[in-house]
Amino acid sequence: MSKLRLEKAPAPAWVRPIIPLLAILVTFIITLVFIVWVKANPLHTYYYFLIAPFTSTVTLIELLVKATPLFLTGAAVAFAFRAGYYNIGAEGQLTAGAIIGAWLGVALEGSSAWVALPAMIVGGFLGGVAWALIPALLRVKLKVDEVVTTLLMNSVIVFLVSYLLNGPWRDPISMWPQSPDIAESAKFITLLPRSRLHFGFILGIITILVIWFIISRTAFGLKMRAAGSSAEAARFAGVDVEKTILFTALASGGIAGLAGVGEVAGIHFHLIQGLSSNLGYTGIIVATLGSLNPFGVGIAALFIGLIDTGSLTVSRALGVPVYLGQVVQAALLLVTLGMFLLANYRLKREG
Amino acid sequence: MPAAFEVNHMYAAQMKNITKTFGNLVANDDINFELKQGEIHALLGENGAGKTTLMRILYGLYRADAGAIYINEKPVQINSPRDAIDHGVGMVTQHFTLVPPLNVAENVVLGALKSIIIKPKEIEQKVAAASAKFGIPVKPKALVRHLSVGERQRVEILKALFRDARVLIMDEPTAVLVPQEVEALFKSLRELVAKGLSVIFISHKLNEVMTICDRITVLRGGKMAGTVDRIATSEKDLAKMMVGRETFGVKRQDIKTSGNPVLTIDRLNLVDEQGINRLKDITLELRRGEILSLAGVSGNGQAELVKILTGLKKPTSGQVILNACDITGACPAAITIAGMGRTPEDRHSGVVGELTVEENLALESLEDYLKRGVLDRKGIRENARRLIDEYNIKAFPGDKVRTLSGGNMQKVVMARSLSRKPCCVLAAQPTRGLDVGATEYVRGKLLEESERGAGVLLVSEDLEEVLELSDRIAVIYEGRIMGIIPAEEATEEKLGLMMAGVKDQDGEKVS
Repeated sequence: MSKLRLEKAPAPAWVRPIIPLLAILVTFIITLVFIVWVKANPLHTYYYFLIAPFTSTVTLIELLVKATPLFLTGAAVAFAFRAGYYNIGAEGQLTAGAIIGAWLGVALEGSSAWVALPAMIVGGFLGGVAWALIPALLRVKLKVDEVVTTLLMNSVIVFLVSYLLNGPWRDPISMWPQSPDIAESAKFITLLPRSRLHFGFILGIITILVIWFIISRTAFGLKMRAAGSSAEAARFAGVDVEKTILFTALASGGIAGLAGVGEVAGIHFHLIQGLSSNLGYTGIIVATLGSLNPFGVGIAALFIGLIDTGSLTVSRALGVPVYLGQVVQAALLLVTLGMFLLANYRLKREG
Repeated sequence: MPAAFEVNHMYAAQMKNITKTFGNLVANDDINFELKQGEIHALLGENGAGKTTLMRILYGLYRADAGAIYINEKPVQINSPRDAIDHGVGMVTQHFTLVPPLNVAENVVLGALKSIIIKPKEIEQKVAAASAKFGIPVKPKALVRHLSVGERQRVEILKALFRDARVLIMDEPTAVLVPQEVEALFKSLRELVAKGLSVIFISHKLNEVMTICDRITVLRGGKMAGTVDRIATSEKDLAKMMVGRETFGVKRQDIKTSGNPVLTIDRLNLVDEQGINRLKDITLELRRGEILSLAGVSGNGQAELVKILTGLKKPTSGQVILNACDITGACPAAITIAGMGRTPEDRHSGVVGELTVEENLALESLEDYLKRGVLDRKGIRENARRLIDEYNIKAFPGDKVRTLSGGNMQKVVMARSLSRKPCCVLAAQPTRGLDVGATEYVRGKLLEESERGAGVLLVSEDLEEVLELSDRIAVIYEGRIMGIIPAEEATEEKLGLMMAGVKDQDGEKVS
């Protein structure tokens, strides 16, 4: 009688980088079921998902627009995960950045762009830091699991936004539950005329370069990687693990906050309920798909941007639900995580 | 209900010609072990002698490469703990397998109930009945997380008995207990054995074995050293069987005991979270250029002392002075700067497996590798090349440390701390699990350090190593220093007795 058994055996190093590519392939095979279910032609569907967005400038730019906040939320999540801090709260931290952005954007009415833009960026970053502070302190001081606390903080801020929009910040002219528009000088400049591609795209690229530099070229980055993969050994070697995790957690919140400012100052120009639409959670997918590598995050953000754009194209062209794109994204996360996990094991036949 | 246990065979369990290898390591080499019905049988040996491996085979956690297992004199196949339980074998491990948020009754019946629906009343009654029947007092309704370690152990024992265990394996059951709890445990075991239970008692503490056991099987380096009756042996004989060697390696010739102190440990006490006194008035003085060994069976406070000396734990009272600098309760980085070179007990906790060799080698002194705030990667690589060469590490600077062998990992740890030329070297079990070549290398390096003028504190339970390297030897037993003797007066036998809690010279026992 022979039995199959899982045995711990890490896959060779060259396997890891190709896992995301394999995961994409497997995901498309799995989602085939749903595509057939809604009676669409799989080949056409994949064409509209993956190729069509590249065929027109409008969709190509839209892809970059969609990727912009994901550069930042993906970078935020990847940065924290590298230090072993599982920040699930990018969604809330992004919203905190957006609140500060919406407030500063109005308060800075009349000042020049040279003052307004740096203030918006710094303010948004600090907003994210503030929202990340409580879970980070709880983790470092009291060892409270940050997965739970950061996740719960996401719900808390939904109500804060709701209060602001239905109370003090309600637009006095339209009476809609949205904040007043921000000043012209506080808006992010558009990179291409008549498009929604704004300065946040450049901010995202810069952030990715900066976190890459910190992670791989600074003493802090090395300490943070040591703390993330073996806290005990890091502590033994004299790394102040708690301080390292605290800084990383706060910086991660700040980066997510930048994404929030970008959404306010580059896309909506005011605060609305549900402004984020899961950009923070998608950041987790982006970070995981990018193997927590900053450049991997960049590529993954573009890929998710492609799927997002593609799902609109698909639904318009073939009449399938827009939600197909979300199904693809969710399946992609599960498959990637599963494959990373399985890469540590090997199937062994015994008997 | 049947009268406690059936007794109708001479042997409750037999293991014949058991051999088990892990890679190149022979953990069990042709072991014959026989457990009589109704006896307490000790399995004695140093760490790594193969005791736990043998019992894991009996409990179905490992499968032997060769040999046969008999239960009640009938050959059986035990491929999983499930099989072992079905054959009436139960095991209480050092790390309990209880579910803290559940209550005692739920823990006891967990996995043993056939029904799908659980009636709390009914299982509580069942467990209370079993508790009365076996004479093991437990509170069925108490939540396990509220119980003391001793109480949890009783639940573990009851759990095994509830599954109709007739053979109970206890893996170092006293390691986690305070003396009063040990008393209670021994009392219960005697009562159970009187009712016909057979017990295998894994231990490396001679005094306990002599107190509780009927027969003793000694393992040494994976081989059988023999089985003896308690009444026909003594602690002295057992110590000899355990350690085994009649001749030792070459001792160092130039023994030096003068020189200024580099490390002074003054009346160090540690009471842990459970209120157990782990270290009692530890006082040691380490001098320049000497190797002072701290010998002892593991679990007698060495790990705690090492943690305090490396800054990973704070003592309850007492003082540690390194190089005229008070490092009591300082953080690891400060202790390193004060001049301590450390190799940890578990080398995996000294290196970060996911980082590269060069990154690990620089981790302790990152401030030396900064150029305007940016890591000097060239400098880090050069440092790694130099140390790899000097310490003969078989790896490239860019290799991930987790891909290295144990010996090379240990060399990385040593290279990192010794390259800072520390005035005090703390080596905790530096050769445990290393092959012969690497062991020799590490020992040579420690001698070199002492010749350089550093004081070396060697924490080891390998008597051969202790005798080969030391100038002076301190023995620790139950958190207390039993005595410090010069190496020329030390013999394995003498040390063995001290390690077992028998005081030097007069042979008086310390409780």
